[in-house]
Amino acid sequence: MIRLAKEYFADQRKDDLHELGKGLQRSDAPGHVTAKTKYFADRTFPGMLYLKMVRSPHHHARIRSIDTSEAEKHPGVARVLTHKDVPHNVYTILILIQVGPEDEQVLAEDKVRWKGEAVVAVLADSPRAAEEAAAMVKVDYEVLPAVFDIDAALKPDAPLVNEYHGQNYYLYDSGECRKVRFGDVEKGFAESDHILEQTYWSSPIEHAPAETTGCIVVPEGNDRFTCYTNTQAMFFTLDNTSIILQMPGQKLHMVGGTVGGGFGGKVDVTVEPISILASKLTGRPVRFVYSREEEMQISSPRAAEKIVLKDGVTKDGRILARQVWGYTDAGAYSRHSPYGAQKGAAHYPGPYTIPNVSIDTYCVYTNRTPSSAMRGFGVTIADFALEVQMDKLARLIGMDPLEFRFLNAYRDGDMKAHRQPTEGAALIECMQEASRTADWPVAERFFKMSSYKTEA
Amino acid sequence: MAIRRGRGVAAVNYPTGMNLGGDPSQALVHSTPTGNFMVSLSSVDLGQGLKQVMAQICAETIGVATDQVTIDTADTDTGPHCMGTFASRGTHRIGNAIIRAATEAKQVMLEVAAEELEVDAGDLETDGAGNIIVKGAPQKSISIFDTALAAHFKQGRSISGRGIFLVPRSFPETETGAMKPSTCYAHACTVAEVDVDDETGEVTVVSVKNVFEIGRALNPKMVEQQLVGGSWMGISHALYETTEPYYPKREHGGTDFNQYLMPGPGDLPETEIVVLERPAADGPYGAKGPGEMCANPQIPAIANAVFDAVGVRVDTLPITPERVLRAIKAQHN
Repeated sequence: MIRLAKEYFADQRKDDLHELGKGLQRSDAPGHVTAKTKYFADRTFPGMLYLKMVRSPHHHARIRSIDTSEAEKHPGVARVLTHKDVPHNVYTILILIQVGPEDEQVLAEDKVRWKGEAVVAVLADSPRAAEEAAAMVKVDYEVLPAVFDIDAALKPDAPLVNEYHGQNYYLYDSGECRKVRFGDVEKGFAESDHILEQTYWSSPIEHAPAETTGCIVVPEGNDRFTCYTNTQAMFFTLDNTSIILQMPGQKLHMVGGTVGGGFGGKVDVTVEPISILASKLTGRPVRFVYSREEEMQISSPRAAEKIVLKDGVTKDGRILARQVWGYTDAGAYSRHSPYGAQKGAAHYPGPYTIPNVSIDTYCVYTNRTPSSAMRGFGVTIADFALEVQMDKLARLIGMDPLEFRFLNAYRDGDMKAHRQPTEGAALIECMQEASRTADWPVAERFFKMSSYKTEA
Repeated sequence: MAIRRGRGVAAVNYPTGMNLGGDPSQALVHSTPTGNFMVSLSSVDLGQGLKQVMAQICAETIGVATDQVTIDTADTDTGPHCMGTFASRGTHRIGNAIIRAATEAKQVMLEVAAEELEVDAGDLETDGAGNIIVKGAPQKSISIFDTALAAHFKQGRSISGRGIFLVPRSFPETETGAMKPSTCYAHACTVAEVDVDDETGEVTVVSVKNVFEIGRALNPKMVEQQLVGGSWMGISHALYETTEPYYPKREHGGTDFNQYLMPGPGDLPETEIVVLERPAADGPYGAKGPGEMCANPQIPAIANAVFDAVGVRVDTLPITPERVLRAIKAQHN
């Protein structure tokens, strides 16, 4: 199924590798196919407790009171945790790289901002006892108006989703959005033969890993805690746990291993801090593993996005101006979404050389499951919008869609909208090979083009 | 009413590593007494095979066979810091850290061998078969096995090295957005062919032909598994997946694989992968990170193919039969 097309870039490459460049069999493959590979959940410990999370049934509500007394009396229950037990209850993952503010409560204290938000953690000897006790927790809510979509959230009279932000969008140092300004889009539109403005939408998408998010924590007796976890980022987890629990990092020992699929879904820090806290307070091993339902509806999905593209194009196929408004539906909390929206701003206007560009990308808060990292976030949906738009533009001027892309493709030395000169481009060669492989004819002159050589 | 065929194209690029940089990873490399090499990391293998490619990078750098290298990872007590496995950064960032650590370890190894052979370390090289040889005079040699023994028990030297790779963080200029998001970009162009049933709105993907430019294919078999898997995920994103089918409505969300639609084996088309290699200046042996990119171009290529087939645009993902059918009906009215 795979073919290495060595004829491209042969002058850019020395084929002098020994151990690399070979299709060696993965050393872990035999373990995977004989079920010998160990995953975090393949461990049991005597006296292990099961953690069950009591979650908000409302999209947006004020918490009047939390009553755990019945649950605590239930047979098999070892401990019930509320916000009062969490030393530093308000966090945000990227505070580690100075992307604040802390905007999310580990266990909800005064408000819930999405249906499914964690409120109370129940620890019991068996999953069944934990489930039964969780059902006995009484939370008195005052339901508040909720806002579910990007457009509604940005209206001035919209309910405020997250008080830690103060408005329903992330405030960058550049203001309400990340901005890129290059050339003069209005001038570019004025010089164009056609202008096309289109809006694109996507819905949230689940990572759907075979192995759901989870961890098992063991107190080691020397005041340290070993946490077997399937996080994608060991020190993200360790350092955030250290902050949330106000516990020196030295007390924490994270052990990972092979993860049963991540796709970005295990970059958030959701199960480890509360499990380590529970282990500390009970002195017992604790297991917290998402059910499939939690994995699908509670763990962060890929954000829904709204993307508006406005392009000015000449009738002979040059894009003179591209204006972009990108909106990321972050749900109720930041997690990795401000980073994703920023990444989008860096990605537009796509791999094309356009002299006039304006980009605004917004990270918008709604009363939805917080979205976060997922394979390609900030770019994947942007590429959908950009490349459908390219197809529409080509058809608008009666040009072949692939030839239209050749005309506008970026090449080494071209200045990008974010003011970096293009290096190492290879879009033209990919399109040349696609034309050959898929038998999609383009004019001969496009085969003479190069990303790095002046045309022959 | 008929089955209508169409095809579409899309071309994309993708940045390697955490956007704006500032995402370090470290590696430590040391030799055992018998000349095997341990690489200590805290990086996570997500099932994509990170450990295998890291072993090959270390082996290539030191000049030993890959099966002489063991990767010890994902333990914060033993492995130095790694930012994490995400953002198409694993091979690029961790690979570069290992090259640095392995280069330092190799230098010590050659110095130990040089003392044993009574030659200059600069005149030595590895032969890839477990020996250190004098350049131009391969009959004068010492095995890595004996070199490691000598280092441990005779010379008292540690054959080891430290490596870190960090792309300095870029801070966007607030008014213009001037910034350096990444040091290298992978590229792709995909042609997708679909059949659309204009009576039911159902889309069947007939073939997907992907061309990926990834810098360097460090292990072509693993490249294939990642790119094919990505291509399938792209199809899934285009036509099937969402936790909220009627977004922004919060109802109807799937809670298991009976309700959350993904393509099964019978729904996946013929998938072709062609790989181009333009080495990245700062990539480990030229490699870029295609892990995320490989799932992207199929989505617009399929959307464009649907238009080519039935003449309607569905600009909302996923492109479900319901949306296709509604668009066809709207066009007829």
